[in-house]
Order: sequence, then C-alpha cells, then structure tokens
Amino acid sequence: MQFMLLFSRQGKLRLQKWYVPLSDKEKKKITRELVQTVLARKPKMCSFLEWRDLKIVYKRYASLYFCCAIEDQDNELITLEIIHRYVELLDKYFGSVCELDIIFNFEKAYFILDEFLLGGEVQETSKKNVLKAIEQADLLQEPWMHSVLRE
Amino acid sequence: MPAVSKGDGMRGLAVFISDIRNCKSKEAEIKRINKELANIRSKFKGDKALDGYSKKKYVCKLLFIFLLGHDIDFGHMEAVNLLSSNRYTEKQIGYLFISVLVNSNSELIRLINNAIKNDLASRNPTFMGLALHCIASVGSREMAEAFAGEIPKVLVAGDTMDSVKQSAALCLLRLYRTSPDLVPMGDWTSRVVHLLNDQHLGVVTAATSLITTLAQKNPEEFKTSVSLAVSRLSRIVTSASTDLQDYTYYFVPAPWLSVKLLRLLQCYPPPDPAVRGRLTECLETILNKAQEPPKSKKVQHSNAKNAVLFEAISLIIHHDSEPNLLVRACNQLGQFLQHRETNLRYLALESMCTLASSEFSHEAVKTHIDTVINALKTERDVSVRQRAADLLYAMCDRSNAKQIVSEMLRYLETADYAIREEIVLKVAILAEKYAVDYSWYVDTILNLIRIAGDYVSEEVWYRVLQIVTNRDDVQGYAAKTVFEALQAPACHENMVKVGGYILGEFGNLIAGDPRSSPPVQFSLLHSKFHLCSVATRALLLSTYIKFINLFPETKATIQAVLRAGSQLRNADVELQQRAVEYLTLSSVASTDVLATVLEEMPPFPERESSILAKLKRKKGPGAGSALDDGRRDPSSNDINGGVEPTPSTVSTPSPSADLLGLRAAPPPAAPPASAGAGNLLVDVFDGPAAQPSLGPTPEEAFLSELEPPAPESPMALLADPAPAADPGPEDIGPPIPEADELLNKFVCKNNGVLFENQLLQIGVKSEFRQNLGRMYLFYGNKTSVQFQNFSPTVVHPGDLQTQLAVQTKRVAAQVDGGAQVQQVLNIECLRDFLTPPLLSVRFRYGGTPQALTLKLPVTINKFFQPTEMAAQDFFQRWKQLSLPQQEAQKIFKANHPMDAEVTKAKLLGFGSALLDNVDPNPENFVGAGIIQTKALQVGCLLRLEPNAQAQMYRLTLRTSKEPVSRHLCELLAQQF
Repeated sequence: MQFMLLFSRQGKLRLQKWYVPLSDKEKKKITRELVQTVLARKPKMCSFLEWRDLKIVYKRYASLYFCCAIEDQDNELITLEIIHRYVELLDKYFGSVCELDIIFNFEKAYFILDEFLLGGEVQETSKKNVLKAIEQADLLQEPWMHSVLRE
Repeated sequence: MPAVSKGDGMRGLAVFISDIRNCKSKEAEIKRINKELANIRSKFKGDKALDGYSKKKYVCKLLFIFLLGHDIDFGHMEAVNLLSSNRYTEKQIGYLFISVLVNSNSELIRLINNAIKNDLASRNPTFMGLALHCIASVGSREMAEAFAGEIPKVLVAGDTMDSVKQSAALCLLRLYRTSPDLVPMGDWTSRVVHLLNDQHLGVVTAATSLITTLAQKNPEEFKTSVSLAVSRLSRIVTSASTDLQDYTYYFVPAPWLSVKLLRLLQCYPPPDPAVRGRLTECLETILNKAQEPPKSKKVQHSNAKNAVLFEAISLIIHHDSEPNLLVRACNQLGQFLQHRETNLRYLALESMCTLASSEFSHEAVKTHIDTVINALKTERDVSVRQRAADLLYAMCDRSNAKQIVSEMLRYLETADYAIREEIVLKVAILAEKYAVDYSWYVDTILNLIRIAGDYVSEEVWYRVLQIVTNRDDVQGYAAKTVFEALQAPACHENMVKVGGYILGEFGNLIAGDPRSSPPVQFSLLHSKFHLCSVATRALLLSTYIKFINLFPETKATIQAVLRAGSQLRNADVELQQRAVEYLTLSSVASTDVLATVLEEMPPFPERESSILAKLKRKKGPGAGSALDDGRRDPSSNDINGGVEPTPSTVSTPSPSADLLGLRAAPPPAAPPASAGAGNLLVDVFDGPAAQPSLGPTPEEAFLSELEPPAPESPMALLADPAPAADPGPEDIGPPIPEADELLNKFVCKNNGVLFENQLLQIGVKSEFRQNLGRMYLFYGNKTSVQFQNFSPTVVHPGDLQTQLAVQTKRVAAQVDGGAQVQQVLNIECLRDFLTPPLLSVRFRYGGTPQALTLKLPVTINKFFQPTEMAAQDFFQRWKQLSLPQQEAQKIFKANHPMDAEVTKAKLLGFGSALLDNVDPNPENFVGAGIIQTKALQVGCLLRLEPNAQAQMYRLTLRTSKEPVSRHLCELLAQQF
C-alpha cells in the first residue's frame, strides 16, 4: 500500500499515512485530487478506480471516507477488508466510533493503525492482538516505566 | 465537546481542538491557529524549562495543526527531546511527530537515529516496537544506513518477542524498498524463510510480505520458501473455519495471510511435481469453495473469500500451465461478470483481461463476448466500462475483430471524454492488426475521425497514410472514400489532412470519374482551406503542387491561388515560403524535373506501430501486451507489421519532430554524412543541431518525416543552403573504424587494452554487479612530450541517456610524457540498451589537436546475473518464451578453432550461468541469466549448438524483450 487517507464528506482530511517518500507539496496535491475524485463518485459505483498508475480502493463509513492507494499487483478486495478491519479496531477501542473520536484522538487513531499496518503491509490481523498492544500501552504508568528502566 | 479521551487525556489539546471546530470561518480558524503557534513558540523559547507533559502537549498541538494542512517550521527539536523521555506516552508522541513530520533533515536525523539506537538496544519490547515503527514510517536512506545491518539480527534472534519480530520484518521490508543496496543478504535469509513455519500467524503474516519482496529480486536465495508457503497455504485452506481463532475473519480462515502466500508463489515458476500436486489441490479447494453456499450474508465474508479466490486465479494465470485450472478460473470469472456486486464485475473484467492472453483460456474468454459488450453499453460506472473496453481489446482476434471494432466505434459516440483517446488508439490498432481487407481498415479510421476527430492523435492519421502509401491495392479505394468524406459540409480538420495527403498522392486514381475530376478535387479541397489551421494549410499547399504534376490542367488555377496576395504575403512565414517556392518551382522546372521532384512517395520501411508505442506510453508498460507480446498472429506479421520512416529519411531536423511521436528518439540533426554510415553515425551527431533554414513547424516536420530520402526533394532544391553550424564543444567525431572490433574484444572480458597507437594507450579494468558497474580507464602517454588539454569524455548517443547513466570524474588536463592517468567511471544501467556509450578523447600533442572516438566497452550483457536452474525449470521457461519475437537465432561459421573449454569460458565471461545436464546433447551449451536494470529485469535463456563437422554454430537466445534477444545474439555470435 502506498498511502491511506481518511476524509470527511466535506472533504476535510482527518488522517493521512504515507508509506512512500513524497514531498509535502506532492502529498497535498495528491490529497486534493483524490478527495475530489472520490467525493464526486455516486454511492452505487464500484469501490475501485484507476488513478495515475495506482489503484484506489475506498469505502465510506457514515460521514467518513477511507481511501487506500495500492499498486498494480495488489489485491483490491483484501484492501477493502483492510479498511473494514481498521474500522472495527477503531470501533472496538472507542466503543462505536464516530468521526469526532478520530478528530479528538487522532494520535490514538495513528497508534492503532501502526499496530495493524506497518510499512504499508498488514502486520497483525488479529483484533485481539492489536488491541492488546494498544491497551497495554495505555496502561503503562510512568512509575512502572521507571522501574523497568532501572532494572 | 470532546468524546472519550482514553489513556492519558490532554485537556489543553482537547480544548484547542474544540476551539478550532467552533471557528465560524476560515479566517477565524487561521487567527486561532496563529495565536496558538505564537503561544507554543514562546513556551519553547521561554527560560523556564518545560516539563515532559507540557512538551508532549505542545508537540501534539503542532501535529494537529500540521494535519489541518498548515506548515510547521519549529518544534522538531522538542519532539526529538521527547524521544529520550523515560515516559512511554511522551516517547510515543515524540515518535509520532517524527514519523508524520520529519523528512531527511540531516542534523535532526542524527539525533533521531541516536534515540532509536538506544530504544532498540533497550530490550524493552514496547520501546523497540516504537523505534521500529518509526524507522518503518520514515524509511529514509540515512536510517537504512544506520539500521539495515542491525534489524536482521533482531528479526532472527531466538529471544525476540513475536510482536517485535513482526515489526522488525516489515521495518526491514521498508528499508529494502528504499535502499536495497544497503540491506545485506546473509545467513539470516534462510532463517527468515523458516518464519513461514512459525506458530504465530501474525509473525508468518509479516514475514511473508518481507520474503515476497526479497524473493522478487533474489529468487535463488529464497526458493526454499516455495514448498514452505505451499504447506502453510494448504493447512489454512483445509482448516475448519474456527481452527484459526482470531485469525479467522468472517468465517474465512486467515484471508490476509492466504493472499500474501499466493502472492509469494507468483514470484516463482510452477514448483516441482511433488509440491505442485499439493498446490494444485489447494487451488482446487479454493475454486470449490467459491461454489459452496456462503457461510454468512455479510459482505465481509464474500469479500475475504473472493480476495483469496482472485489471488488464486492470478497465480493460475501466472503459472499458465494447467489448462484445467485456467478454464475453471475463466468459468468462475464468467459467473462474476453477471454478479449483482459492481466490485466483482469490475474485478472479473480486469482479471479476464490477463486470462485472455493465455493460449489455454483465450477461447474460453471469447465465449463471454456478448456479456462484455453488454457491460460496455449498460454499466453505469465509467471505471467498469473502461474495464470492459480493455477486455474487448484483449480478447480480440481475427474471428471477432469486426464485431468488436464496430461495438467500440459505437461506444465511442457516447464514451466519457476521459477515455476517448485511448479507445481511439485501441480501435486504430485493432483495425490495422486484424484487417483482412484494407478497405475495411480505411473505413474504420475515417469513421474514427468522423466520430471523434478531436481525439484522433497524429500517430493515428499518420499511420493510415503510411499504410495507404505502402499498399497499392487500397490506394484507389482510399482516394474515393476520402473524396466522399470531404463532401460533408462540416468535416474534421484531421479529415482534411488525410484527404489532402491522399488526394495529392493518389487523386489521379479517381480522376477518370467526371464527378471527381481534377478541378472538382481541387475545388473541394480548396473550399476547406480557409477554415483550417496553418499546419493544415501548409499541407494543402504541398498537395496543390503535387496536383500540378499529376494534373497539368489545374496548373493555371493553382498558380493563381499561390500567387494570390493572401499566400505570397502571408504573415505566416511557413505558408509564405511554401507559396513562393512552389510557385517558382511550377514556373521554372521542366515537366521532367517536376515529375521527379514530386514523384509518388516510396513505401515506408516496416516497423513497430507507432500507435502501439503511444498506447503503451499512455497506459504504462504492459498495456499493449495483449496484442504486442501476447498471441501474435504470425500470418499477419508481414502484411500488418508496422511501417515507420527510418531516421535516414529525415532530411530536415526539427525540434518539433518529437511531438509527432513517430520515433521515440529525437531526430538526428546531421545531414547524411557519408554513405553507409548507418544509424550509428547519425546518432553521433545528435546534439547541437544545425539550424534548418526553414522555420520548423509541426507541418514542416510532417513533411520531412514523409519526404523520400532523395536529395532532390523540393525542400532541398529550393531552400537556401543551411549555414553549417559550428561544431560545438560537445561535437565529437565518428568512432574510429576499428571501434566495433575493439568493442567485441570486451564482450566476454572486463579487463585489457582497449586501444593503442603510437601516442596513446588506453587500458580498461571494470567490474559489474547487478545493474551497477565501475570502470577504470588508464590513459598512458607513450611519448616523451606532455599531452595538453587532455580531455576524455563519455557521450550517450540518442536514447542512451535514458538507458544508461555514466558518471565520470575529470582528469588532469596535462599528461606528462611517459605518465599514466586514471579515470573512474560509475555506471548504472537504467533499462535495456543496444548501443554502447562513446568515449571521446581529445588532447594536443606538440601543438596538434588529436581526437579519437571509441566505443566504451559497456554492453548489455555486463549486467547479467547468472541463474542456476534445473533442467525442468529451464524447459518450462524456455516454453514460456516461445513467441516468435522473443527468440533470436543465428547460424554462423566458426571464426576460431572449436574448443569446448574455450567456448565455456567465453559463455561464462558473457555473464550467463552454464547449465549442465539440461540439453540432451552433451555437445551443446545451455545458459541462463537475468539482465539487471534499474527499471526492469530481463530473463535470458541461451543455447549454443556447435557442429564440428560443418564448422558451424547455431545460437538461439530467448528473452522476454525482443530487442534484447536480437542484440545479445549478435553480440555473442561474434565471439566464436
């Protein structure tokens, strides 16, 4: 996967994760172009489209669009389910997640994504394992950390 | 107000985010942000040391501001400070900021790398995880330099926790993608392969991605992964839906891992029989499951299941060896073509496109033609229609070409603007490729111009002119048809161009009919003249002068037109010049001279279709594959093969010629220097162009492209002689006559004396690895006098610049008598190339300038990487490369004594591996290798059959790229 973007129906970017090196300018241009393209599509249309030399896979959940760019050889359907699994992870963590959760806790949304996908590839598909990692981190209290480091 | 904030809440951050959300306007938002930025700046600059929590909070605010789309130019240092915090949450935010915001700022990277190094060494799995995530997110070259050696150790260490292993695997993958040269292969690779057997499915999932990427570049090193992947896959597909617990996704066992394993297997040819049987069982099971009733109504279930199915079908197509599986795959996709899910219809169309190019399934794909045509007509989503058009193109052959072309033409009338040009190209290619009678072809192209004139690129209408010029059986028909098409009151300018050109050449063929007598033809064309662009008007003027030759009775009328003030004093210099020159030509030249100058165009040399090249450029590599590399109909090659002017026909250089796209290379700029010099010499002159006397316009270029090579072409006759351009500093002479012979000496060896005369000796030492090479050139002054202004330079003729990068170091301008200087060249092969770079050496010896041009001994085979393979694999691949254009063969007489040992050494020096026990005849030699270029790899197989009795050899090369086969064959044949 080359990148993942989350944006609202109004075209506001909520999360961006890039797995290929690009300049900020290039990233902004791509984002603008893709948000426009995807928002212009009608609901019943298919979830895949060709864009430049990439394949775009996107799906809308309530007010939020999840949009991934994958390479020619990559599997579209499994990417669609990557999106869904990520939504499930967010949902489980926040408890029926909504756009606001992602706005206010954007850093958590990143942490969860990093546990699930790394370098653009699926790292761990088990919901339990991903959430365990995140929740453990949440539980880490500073004093305990100190003791770990002192050992 | 804020929703839940779990873990460590940062109230200040939540308040700030709320504030931003409450802003009523963009201006208010910017104002609030600027206020916050000023606040953070003052906190960071303030005297009071900030505690970790505040630092974390402000860094997080900066991150949020950045994500809103604003630029952030400070705070990096504070984020780096957070990395060394002992508090997990602070460290975590620090790393997040770095991952999102840092690009290679050298000063910071050093500090960041330091922090990462500490965390990696901490043996604390959570810290190690954070550090690895950061490397995988940034993935810069500096990080690769710092950690590419370390991470493999973490990955295969026995005591590494599973979660760290997973991160390490993908981290390494990211580094390998950015800087493959920095990731050393070694003992760890075999241990990584064994991670496919790991108990923990998460580890297997991460490792499979890594292995797949590494195996693509180093297939030999990872070939044991094939059998492991097959057994892993087999265990997954046969497991009950609950066996894998949390790795089962909506009743589908480990779909992500299955897809990855199937992907990994696509890096390899079909495995050995034992493993192959198991794999076939797996694939059959996956196909069978597709027929079972779904275990859930949820779309996630069917998506996951079908994701595995489509990947399995990709593997079946990749192997292209089991007719039974291929036909089953095709039937399965056929069902999906009518599925109610748009996504599945889209993917089925896409997947069938590749299936259409397999000889086993081509016929099966064709049975779905009606469904696909229907999709083209009725699908509501343009991207699905596009796939349908692609599939029709891929499944087209002689039997259905007329139907498909007419459907695509019909579709073109309503097609989305975005894809019209591509459809036009496809129709043009199919019409040419499968034309049984050329009147159909001409009709089709004229229809294209009628329906979608604006989208008919120059390649397309040039092509119809080339074909009509080359085939006299269609010329009369073409003249008649364009004449009729031009009757339409409003016709597209491209039609006028085609009409003008064809009537100028072949108007005489319909002149017998009083309805299309010469005066009628002329007035028809001239009625369009004033509505046309300059380029078209220029073309029409050429048609008129041709008319004067073809039809003397029109001379007076046409001369009157040329003489009119609107032409002779036209503001456009090109039109004016043509009018003047043509008028003079028609008045002063005798009928004989006129007839010679304006003779009918000679046929164009056959070449690859320029339209095909254009389509490939548009769609990226592989786009034209169905026609181009796929099942090419051998019988159609000769008559339907491309025609294209060769560079030698170009009489006038023009910077705009490239726009025409008829040739990939920029036009050579020199006049044909000496007879027999051939392409190479012309290429050498490429560079500073002698300015043509005529202002270059697209039209000019058009004419020069099509004009015959005859020196007495009208332009050459009438134009002022072009002022000879001063040879620029980069101008170099042609290679010395022995250059080729000297080059041949180095095809199979890397070191030696490249050149020697009384003054100078040039020695070469070189080494090549993968697509890189380093060459040392030694220049020895054999005299006792100093060479001055000594300057050796490397020149890339023609296209070579894009194919081969050669970096040279300057050498001292003086070479003392008896001394030797050394020059280092760094060479990178970007893509396959056919001509070697040139080495030009100039210096002054005793006041006389000396110049010498050699061919640098860099030939494509230097980038060979030998590949060992078993007999079975060899024949499998040999069979896969069986298209006529993939093979090159030469039968030639032995120039040297036929000694098996010498031959072996030469073949090894050539770069390929020598494979024993492959050829049933032990006298024969068989070799294999991969040519490594930056852009692509070309697999090469070769076979050399000596015939001692006849003192002859037969050499056969098969590669996936046609020019490479031919070129290697020629290079190698000269060695024996």
